[in-house]
Amino acid sequence: MQLPPALCARLAAGPGVAEPLPVERDPAAGAAPFRFVARPVRFPREHEFFEDGDVQRHLYLQDVLMQVADAPEKPRVPAFACQVAGCCQVFDALDDYEHHYHTLHGNVCSFCKRAFPSGHLLDAHILEWHDSLFQILSERQDMYQCLVEGCTEKFKTSRDRKDHLVRIHLYPVDFRFDKPKKNRSPASAEVPGDSGERSEGEAMEICSEPVAASPAPAGERRTYSHRIPSTICFGQGAARGFKSNKKKTKQC
Amino acid sequence: MWSRRRGHLRPTVCGVEELRRRRREQEAALRKARREQQLVSKRLLREDAPEEAGEGCVAAILGEAEVQQFLRQAQRGTEEKEREGALVSLRRGLQHPETQQTFIQLEGSMRTLVGLLTSNQALLQLEAARCLHELSHSEQSTIAEACLPATSYLLTYLSGHSSDFIELCLYTLGNLIVESEAVRRQLLPQGIVPALAACIQSPHVAVLEALGYALSQLLQAKEAPEKIIPSILASTLPQHMLQMLQPGPKLNPGVAVEFAWCLHYIICSQVSNPLLIGHGALSTLGLLLLDLAGAVQRTEDAGLELLACPVLRCLSNLLTEAAVETVGGQMQLRDERVVAALFILLQFFFQKQPSLLPEGLWLLNNLTANSPSFCTSLLSLDLIEPLLQLLPVSNVVSVMVLTVLCNVAEKGPAYCQRLWPGPLLPTLLHTLAFSDTEVVGQSLELLHLLFLYQPEAVQVFLQQSGLQALERHQEEAQLQDRVYALRQTALQG
Repeated sequence: MQLPPALCARLAAGPGVAEPLPVERDPAAGAAPFRFVARPVRFPREHEFFEDGDVQRHLYLQDVLMQVADAPEKPRVPAFACQVAGCCQVFDALDDYEHHYHTLHGNVCSFCKRAFPSGHLLDAHILEWHDSLFQILSERQDMYQCLVEGCTEKFKTSRDRKDHLVRIHLYPVDFRFDKPKKNRSPASAEVPGDSGERSEGEAMEICSEPVAASPAPAGERRTYSHRIPSTICFGQGAARGFKSNKKKTKQC
Repeated sequence: MWSRRRGHLRPTVCGVEELRRRRREQEAALRKARREQQLVSKRLLREDAPEEAGEGCVAAILGEAEVQQFLRQAQRGTEEKEREGALVSLRRGLQHPETQQTFIQLEGSMRTLVGLLTSNQALLQLEAARCLHELSHSEQSTIAEACLPATSYLLTYLSGHSSDFIELCLYTLGNLIVESEAVRRQLLPQGIVPALAACIQSPHVAVLEALGYALSQLLQAKEAPEKIIPSILASTLPQHMLQMLQPGPKLNPGVAVEFAWCLHYIICSQVSNPLLIGHGALSTLGLLLLDLAGAVQRTEDAGLELLACPVLRCLSNLLTEAAVETVGGQMQLRDERVVAALFILLQFFFQKQPSLLPEGLWLLNNLTANSPSFCTSLLSLDLIEPLLQLLPVSNVVSVMVLTVLCNVAEKGPAYCQRLWPGPLLPTLLHTLAFSDTEVVGQSLELLHLLFLYQPEAVQVFLQQSGLQALERHQEEAQLQDRVYALRQTALQG
């Protein structure tokens, strides 16, 4: 297919509209038996006209079309430690570190050191757990905001909100980022075991003691929020440890 | 886009013939699926770390006991590396459908996996997500449905900050979405649309490509026009999608391909196209078309047609909207360069992907049908002859070429004067010899217009044995009347 040489130049030049030649139709043009009518055509979703293009699209999705480049090896760097105070994790790949950082140090509550998957959930947490004004206001109006982004519903209690999440948004009943706050003084450690989760190995979004260490001494835990460094716990052993602490030491 | 592609686990020694054969098989399977309206394709992200590849290409199928053991190790191991390693082993096993079945039938397995997914151990979280991703690739909807407990978390993590993790979640969601209506029915109330609308503001190209993929799968659902597209259109997603399609230094081909397809699924469902026109879709896509034509001239880059195809479709379908005229929409697409760009693309298709010629010609039809200006451009830019060169490609292409020519000719004598003398008449005599009824029918229509507005052509037609060419078809039911009428005109003229 040969294109006129001036065409590329036309494309490169500025925009323009062709001055149309005069239109002059003869009624005999559309007279029977001739039936041509100039009209734009539309094709709906499943029309067979789209078959070829759709097949190409799916071949691409299945990675057949392009020469699949070999997965680049994760660039390894000399081992380095996480810079956040008290965090003992060591990495040799930047991707791993990025993920670690965002997961554990990204959206962290400055009051109780809990980490959250998103700023949205962190904001809700701070409001509901650490803002005394919230507590006061919530006695008079619906303050518990639905956790689903885009949903503007508010509720009187955390329980009502959970019902809404489960019924309307089909969230799991044990959604891990909606722990009800227990009615103790804000300074007390809210420990993983408290929320009624009995299954082990399902570490919560709460930080506790370092890896492989035995459960931290109970004494330290009592004045949790100030003296405990923001060490991150990866062990499920913590849950059990705290549970037993709770039973022994009735605080406040 | 192209260099970031993560590969399949695939034997590295593979002859060219073998690859071609596999591709033909794959293509045949896809065609069959499309005809049955069951076209489902998934994208699998698999990192082939050198150590893994070294252990042989195929991981072993895991039995129930092994799955249980790995899960337990991951959950309760004391050493980080041990826990991570257990999940890696599980993930490799999950590449097999049999292991996937075993996994979902094991009580508590998904619960454990979700627990690991939501743990604070970042690398465990990643590996758990990778296991889910393997499961999402299954072709059995029961397996996709077994992943339902994880979806609220996958959505929650979309508003996080770890781009690799978000990318993985998005591809997993996209795969699950396409496999099961039950999954889609859960994801919508769980807020997938606002989650995507928030996530689309990410600066990471890989995340955007993954998001486009997930969204395109959502939009392909059969219930999309009623249940999904309205909420998408009501969100900020359309504006962001169009932004991703604006030509310029920030345009990323991989991202653009995904969102162009998203736009196509929305537009061809015809839910509310005037809204998109209002957002400037026509001018954005028009500029993108120009950009594509420029790219085609600069490089031999295979893959540009992947973007060109949905762009052509969107433009063509949008041009049928009445809003195009009233909302000043036609103003958005009157630039003559669009015609020049389209022909450059047609030439590219002719050489690289002839199956896309009909789609390009479809746009040409919609551009020229009601536009004297574009018809004039065709003439003044000398594009009639290149158009005629496409006739031999196929019957479908022939009919469309002839239709475009009719669009020009029907505008009257001023246009037909520019069509004759020239190659048009000899070409028509040639197409009259075709056996395809539709091709011949369209040729007859064009002849009629030519005779009407350019009577001098009749003589030449007769001299070149036009009558005999006509008479060949006088028995054909669909053509008889027109053949007869033309014969009369010719003999009288």
